[in-house]
Amino acid sequence: MNEADVSSAFCRDCLAPATGSERRCLACGSPRMARHDELSRLSIGHVDCDAFYAAVEKRDRPELRDRPVIIGGGKRGVVSTACYIARIHGVKSAMPMFKALKACPDAVVIKPDMAKYAAVGRQVRAMMEELTPLVEPLSIDEAFLDLTGTERLHKDTPARTLARFARRVEDEIGISVSVGLSYCKFLAKVASDLEKPRGFSVIGEAEALDFLARQKVTLIWGVGKAFAAKLERDGITRIGQLQSMDETALMKRYGVMGRRLFHLSRGHDTRHVEPRGGAKSISHETTFNDDHGDAATLVPVLRSLTEKVSARLKAKGLAGKTVTLKLKDREFRSKTRNRQLSDPTQLADRIFRAALPLLENELDGTQYRLLGVGVADFAHPALADPDDLVDIEATRRAKAERAIDALRGKFGDRAVETGYTFGTGHRGRPQRDG
Amino acid sequence: MRVTLERANLLKSLNHVHRVVERRNTIPILSNVLLKADGGSLAMTATDLDLEINEAVPAHVEQAGATTVPAHLLYDIVRKLPDGSEVMLSTDADGATMSVVTGRSQFKLQCLPESDFPQLAAGEFDHSFRLDSAVLRRLIEATQFAISTEETRYYLNGIYLHTAEADGDIVLRAVATDGHRLARAETKAPDGAESIPGVIVPRKTVGELQKLVDDPDVSVQIELSDSKVRLTIGSVVLTSKLIDGTFPDYQRVIPVGNDKDMVIDRKVFTEAVDRVSTVSSERGRAVKLALSDGQLTLAVNNPDSGSATEELPAGYDAEAIEIGFNARYLLDIASQLGSNEVKFSFADAGSPTLIEDPEDKNALYVLMPMRV
Repeated sequence: MNEADVSSAFCRDCLAPATGSERRCLACGSPRMARHDELSRLSIGHVDCDAFYAAVEKRDRPELRDRPVIIGGGKRGVVSTACYIARIHGVKSAMPMFKALKACPDAVVIKPDMAKYAAVGRQVRAMMEELTPLVEPLSIDEAFLDLTGTERLHKDTPARTLARFARRVEDEIGISVSVGLSYCKFLAKVASDLEKPRGFSVIGEAEALDFLARQKVTLIWGVGKAFAAKLERDGITRIGQLQSMDETALMKRYGVMGRRLFHLSRGHDTRHVEPRGGAKSISHETTFNDDHGDAATLVPVLRSLTEKVSARLKAKGLAGKTVTLKLKDREFRSKTRNRQLSDPTQLADRIFRAALPLLENELDGTQYRLLGVGVADFAHPALADPDDLVDIEATRRAKAERAIDALRGKFGDRAVETGYTFGTGHRGRPQRDG
Repeated sequence: MRVTLERANLLKSLNHVHRVVERRNTIPILSNVLLKADGGSLAMTATDLDLEINEAVPAHVEQAGATTVPAHLLYDIVRKLPDGSEVMLSTDADGATMSVVTGRSQFKLQCLPESDFPQLAAGEFDHSFRLDSAVLRRLIEATQFAISTEETRYYLNGIYLHTAEADGDIVLRAVATDGHRLARAETKAPDGAESIPGVIVPRKTVGELQKLVDDPDVSVQIELSDSKVRLTIGSVVLTSKLIDGTFPDYQRVIPVGNDKDMVIDRKVFTEAVDRVSTVSSERGRAVKLALSDGQLTLAVNNPDSGSATEELPAGYDAEAIEIGFNARYLLDIASQLGSNEVKFSFADAGSPTLIEDPEDKNALYVLMPMRV
């Protein structure tokens, strides 16, 4: 390795190594310097696309570049992604759309085009996989990368490889990413969030304890609102407070979570980057424009969602044994109901037949704003949907479904529909009311 | 209530009765056993609202009466009392507690009023017949393992008991299936059973019944109504709701045209299947049977751990076929057969296979192949 590779600083734009403490790159004049004592040793990265959906839309519609853009559905929907300009006005993800528009009335609202984002996401993923086989996707637009041992392959340190990757995504795909680099997954993810957008943050072993001590407990993976409130009742708000407590005491109080608090608060995270550790369940849900509580409206929606879940299971070669139904009522109270199947399935027919009675049980006049269905508890696809001795009809319906899939593959998704969704508008979705 | 009885008698009955009581109950009275002292006996009753068990044991009744106490607690106490002791059960004046006294031990248990205890056994039963416990036991054991646990097809969660005509005789049949395998056992219909309706006896009831029919020389009385079954085994009375559903037409599942017959030594076959399936994964369990003239080759291939094959001599002279089964299902069925040999009748790799005992026509099994 040459001198530059082991340097502890380089320019993120031209990748020229830096030697001293210069604030700008001596080669290209850019102020975007990466500098850290452990820079050449750290190899666990977390890459997160910046305002992903909005960035893709802005790429495709350059006239929107300087305008606030919000990606989200309908007047009743919520914000999926807000671009950084909209965020200046206070728009946040998961905010109800009417609130977002109040905060930022001149925002351009775009309905999400998931197929397009998925395609871009796959492009980014493919570039990641050129760097290392150890890519663990967390969602469509973020992933962990373990670059340990890739120095020879890329003839460069993981830090510089990641900086080069970030530049390549900007050049070739036209969106930006933020990179976090550390020695473990937990801190790599934390780091990528420190300096968005176009960030490149490093947390080394030396400063991990001090850095964590200052942070709120909610930074720890698994500490949500409810758990943070519990910790606050016990007087714990900062990670520093956890660092002085011992493992047994924490486990006594918080069970397995206590152990996690103990280790993560000290920056100990032994989880590996696991390429296939991705999805544990596949689900689809939809939020309605109006609340609904009648079978005539909800059953076609359920059928349509089921078909989407089934299509993804089939595409990924997965099959699951647990079917989950999710409902959210007017007061935003969620409930989930699930049912075990005797054999794993990937068929819309089986998922639907398991979910339908779960839905029917909940139709007591309550008005729902959201309906979702999911399949979890994955098993080997070879065990999926065995022929049944008794239920000969099920075997016939399974054959029919495979035939429908083949037709849809040839002539498009709208080519064939079941009676459940036929004539109900957009493949089961209730008619929009403006 | 004030009653004295032998600990051994009390323990034996409580052992039968307490199993029906679920460990977790949202309705407090269902955690309790009803004790009723009258005449020369103490009757114990427990229920989970679907199944009720009642047993009476001889006792010295000083003062007739009834109460209910926590079933598992009473069982645990009686279990720990010394062998050969006499136990006195007595309620206090206001009926709020019951004492259990043996020698120097004394326990006081909280009671709930007897009037709150649900009555399940009441009602008319239109059909009644008797069956030797050994025959009933055989019907249960031959089919119990195939009962489904699937929630969606609740009507498969039991044994379908009904009559049918076979070779000019009326037979009493038990059938169970989970969609992967089907078990059918039958016996000549006893007097009174010829015209019974087909009923589905739930899994839990079957399980309790199986534990109660271990005494071979007892005649079991079976009574049926549209919604309930009552079984009287000696001093024990089991009353159960039936599964309200329609059992599928299983007869069309039983293949009639399977012409590729294999006869094989049951012990040799079972041991070989067990051996090769050692390498199969928990989730897979598929074993491939390759048949050719006079020979069966068993093969398991598990990409995660390895593979295994074993060759066995087999009575087979039809055209060569390959077919896969779940190894556990093969072993379950083979262990139910009584003779030295098993007979398989195959059609093809995708169709149900018939498995029979060549010497016992009273039981047959159908098994769905797996893709291998």
